[in-house]
Amino acid sequence: MISFIVRRLAVAIPTLLILVILSFVLMYAAPGGPFNSERPLPPEVLANIEAKYGLDQPFWKQIVNYVSGVVTSFDFGPSFQYKSQSVNDVIAQGFPVTLTYGFWSFALAAIVGVSLGIAAALKQNTWLDYLAVGFTVGAQVLPNFVMAPILVLVFTLWLGWLPGGGWNGGAWQNLIMPVIALSTSYMASIARITRSSMLETLNANFIRTARAKGLPMRRIIWTHAFKPTILPVLSYLGPTFVFMITGSVVIDIFFSTGGIGQFFVNSAFSRDYSVIMGITILVGALTILFNLLVDILYAWIDPKIRL
Amino acid sequence: MKMTTTLKATTAIMLLTAGAAYADGHATHPETGEALASEQTFVYRVGDESPSFDPGLVEDVDGSKIVRDLFEGLMNQDADGNLVPGVATDFTVSDDGMTYTFNLRDNAMWSNGDPVTAGDFVYAWRRASSPELASPYSWYMELMSIENGAAVIAGDMPTEELGVTAIDDTTLEVRLSQPLPYFAQMVVHGTTFPVHQATVEEHGSEWTRPENIVSNGAYVLSEHVPQERLVRVRNENYWDNENTIIEEVTALVITDENTALTRYLAGELDKTQVPAGQFPRLSAEYPEQAVSVPEACSYYYTINMTETGNPALQDQNVRQALSMAIDRDVIAEAVLAGGQKPAYTFTHWSTAGFETPDIGYANMTQEERNAQAVELMAAAGYGADNPLSIDLIYNTSESHKSVAIAISQMWKQTLGVETELGNQEWQTFLETRGNQDYEIARAGWCADYNEASTFLDLMQSDSGYNDAKYMNERVDELLAEAKTSDNPQAAYTEVEQIIAEEMPIIPIYHYAAVDMIAEDLEGWPYNNFQQNIYSKDLFKIAE
Amino acid sequence: MLPDTSAIESVGDSIHLAEVQGRSLWADARTRFMRNKAAVVSLVVLALIGAFALFGQFIAQHERDFVNFSLMGANAYKGVPSIETGHYFGTDSSGRDLFARVVQGTGISLMVGIVGSLVAVVVGTLYGATAGYYGGRIDNIMMRIVDVLMSIPFMFVLILMLVIFGRSIFMLFLGIGLISWLDMARIARGQTLTIKNKEFVEVAHAIGVSPMRIVLRHIIPNLLGIVIVYATLLVPTLIIYESFISFLGLGVQEPNTSLGALISEGAANMSYGVLWQLFFPLLFFVLTIFAFFFVGDGLRDAFDPKDR
Repeated sequence: MISFIVRRLAVAIPTLLILVILSFVLMYAAPGGPFNSERPLPPEVLANIEAKYGLDQPFWKQIVNYVSGVVTSFDFGPSFQYKSQSVNDVIAQGFPVTLTYGFWSFALAAIVGVSLGIAAALKQNTWLDYLAVGFTVGAQVLPNFVMAPILVLVFTLWLGWLPGGGWNGGAWQNLIMPVIALSTSYMASIARITRSSMLETLNANFIRTARAKGLPMRRIIWTHAFKPTILPVLSYLGPTFVFMITGSVVIDIFFSTGGIGQFFVNSAFSRDYSVIMGITILVGALTILFNLLVDILYAWIDPKIRL
Repeated sequence: MKMTTTLKATTAIMLLTAGAAYADGHATHPETGEALASEQTFVYRVGDESPSFDPGLVEDVDGSKIVRDLFEGLMNQDADGNLVPGVATDFTVSDDGMTYTFNLRDNAMWSNGDPVTAGDFVYAWRRASSPELASPYSWYMELMSIENGAAVIAGDMPTEELGVTAIDDTTLEVRLSQPLPYFAQMVVHGTTFPVHQATVEEHGSEWTRPENIVSNGAYVLSEHVPQERLVRVRNENYWDNENTIIEEVTALVITDENTALTRYLAGELDKTQVPAGQFPRLSAEYPEQAVSVPEACSYYYTINMTETGNPALQDQNVRQALSMAIDRDVIAEAVLAGGQKPAYTFTHWSTAGFETPDIGYANMTQEERNAQAVELMAAAGYGADNPLSIDLIYNTSESHKSVAIAISQMWKQTLGVETELGNQEWQTFLETRGNQDYEIARAGWCADYNEASTFLDLMQSDSGYNDAKYMNERVDELLAEAKTSDNPQAAYTEVEQIIAEEMPIIPIYHYAAVDMIAEDLEGWPYNNFQQNIYSKDLFKIAE
Repeated sequence: MLPDTSAIESVGDSIHLAEVQGRSLWADARTRFMRNKAAVVSLVVLALIGAFALFGQFIAQHERDFVNFSLMGANAYKGVPSIETGHYFGTDSSGRDLFARVVQGTGISLMVGIVGSLVAVVVGTLYGATAGYYGGRIDNIMMRIVDVLMSIPFMFVLILMLVIFGRSIFMLFLGIGLISWLDMARIARGQTLTIKNKEFVEVAHAIGVSPMRIVLRHIIPNLLGIVIVYATLLVPTLIIYESFISFLGLGVQEPNTSLGALISEGAANMSYGVLWQLFFPLLFFVLTIFAFFFVGDGLRDAFDPKDR
């Protein structure tokens, strides 16, 4: 187990490095710089600014400076766009927000999705099953950029129950709509996977045997069927958490939550290189971390799998 | 020092009484006498986080609004755009028009109680033009024609050489490199506002954070969550604090304008922008809230006149035909429908002292224009058997897209011209356009000050913003003449006529600011052409 | 949002099972598929949608880029769907015929999904089969590369690519193709590992058939069932991705359009009395994705006779 983790982490470092170089090259090749504006800056002003941010250095030197800054002092540099903030500030500001609604969405999607899936499987071909299947298919195809404005219309304008956006330090009123909009489609996917996995498990020989022995259904489900059912769901959960972070782009746009997604899109459009790099590396590291966590959890639940 | 203390005491008393008055909801506005609402807050929408609200660094319109609330410069504008005293009570101009002397009031204070002195302005101006700060707006100091400005920005001279001196604590002298009739108008801009030296030096780039900032405006920053909200509250040390009515101003970042409108209708906002095309419906439904006022910007298409452009566009007939075939009434009334005005001149129609000249094709009907456009195209050798195809680029935005779609269809339906639309990201777009790597490109220009030259100077051969690379000696001559002329209107008329003839740019419409403004919010400066809004002049009336 | 791979893998197992037992897999699968009503109906729906995308332009009364200046912008609410005006689905906010645009949008969305998943399937299968067949160090290196690529936050990189290199359908295909083959490669490799120990592969190897030929002629044909299932489930996923990219304004360029772009525009205007602008594109979007999901599920169950 330990050697597995070490091996995975050893792969993580070159992965992150590739990510850094890839995004650096992408941005270097891009037309337009972070300091273009409607009124082109006089050359001397532009030169001052580029010198301030070290953009007058040769390419290799920029990348070396950057990587050494990140490695030695965990310093991702200053934001080019937000003049009074560093990339660390931007991430410290936006990431906890995204993490908060991401976590609640994830928890909601996982708990409700799995419960719904199991319930549907146990009551296969009843109204509950059809309802669940209908909901999951429907929720999966409704884009969240359609759902989000509908939520605001209903809960803010018509009913007046919830604030139409903002973060407000993470008050529960401000959390509800983002969590609904973000979690629904994943909840649906999880429910679908759980349902089909549960159906398969229930038809397996060991469950039939257990039933034949007359064990109570509740006990069969929790002690025998749950583990094999949850395995395929688990392998879906790792990527899901990362998708939630990506999904924050839509959430931030509609609910003005000020998370990492908004910063990323804005920086990409305004060529705020350092912020783009910082966020890309952060999300890359999270992806690696979650894939690793899922693998470990997988092995823990299913000892047949050797790491 | 003593005076400061007394003042503070008086202010405190005024505040107490005022506060008590607001609380019972029967306070009235000192001038209009209207009953004031008990809750005086102003919440408005911004589309994006501003890059900075440090006066030295501020570069966008929303950021400037924040700066105008937090800081106060030498002069302010009133609701009609006229100059009124700010930190300076008045100023004198030398006979040659090259030296301005501002007399500062002695009761202006920073939010920490320090007096605002002429030295603070000197420090701020030097800082704004210093290569170390590398402000993207340092060119504004150059635009103001301050002595040695260009050399200081380029780093060729130390900042101490900048033509601004504190004669004493309340006298500021500014020396210009050339007479500039509208110089006083220019100190209304945020880049010229003072900053508190001790604070800036102590906290570096973090001095604008709520816990560090010291400001001299009517408000102080109380909360800032980037990409979410920025809150400012009454500054009790502001010299005119007793006349400030709005207690708290909040800017909420709401990216999606439709969601912003929904939230406005739900009562969460006092002001938001009206999405393109929605003004007629909203003004029918909420006549008291939907407002449209002229805004100091012109929308136009610029044509690449260099050899990298489309050869067909070198032909004046083709350019004229393209311009005439655009039904500007449809663009203004159907596509945008927010009180924008069709444009046949580059200069905005409501620019101060500017009289819109008589442009030939402006007076025709669209049928006549279309007929003439077809003739012009035929004369240039294009027609059904030899259709012209051109590229049109615009920067990403719903309304630029709608305008481009409509115009390309007008060209197609009237002239049979095929248009390839190119939608580019802002930064890429600027690069493409600035390098003359286009055929026709969307452009917009907003006035820096309220005078026609702010627009027409773009047509100068060597203007850095002349993306058409249009060269005309007569235009250069006329514009130079206008700078020193007492009555430049004749020159402006001729320039506009030359542009209409040679058509290096196709004016399309003149902007309007189209907003939803809460019914109980009063004091909005509708007549301020540059939309310079001071929250301290607003107030809410009791419903 | 990628298809659930574990369920697809079991398809592979059952296909091999079927071979061992010597039944005609394809005939069996067809019979089972035809018994699945939802899947058959969905297949019909898909065929209809395909026909709509291909031939709809002949029914449309207006060119897709023709602007009716009296029905645009502020007057868009006049562009209600109507048989008389020939605007069956009404007009969009720029005064263009929504029917013609939905026809084109459906076509482009389908194309993005199908071409994207074809790329994924071809690249992924070849890559996975090669890695699995050679095994050892080659396999190790090849699969580590897949691991590395999988850790890249692909949506972020795709946004960057589209912002930086300009938006074009080619970029979109490239970006989507770059990531979607990874899962396929993993599945194909896993299956190849079991297939390569089968007698027919060993015989081919013994009589001196080149490794390249073995992969192409003997291994890949045996992966076909699983590939079809995966590809069918990947198409709707890619269509959903495309809609997200279009929402960010990074999708196809005007005057072309996609369902995602139309939905995004319709959603923006939904409280302005022009609900049809959202309804029609969304209807086609939902139908297309439903149909692909059900057909994909049907195919999976057909190839994998375990009773679900």
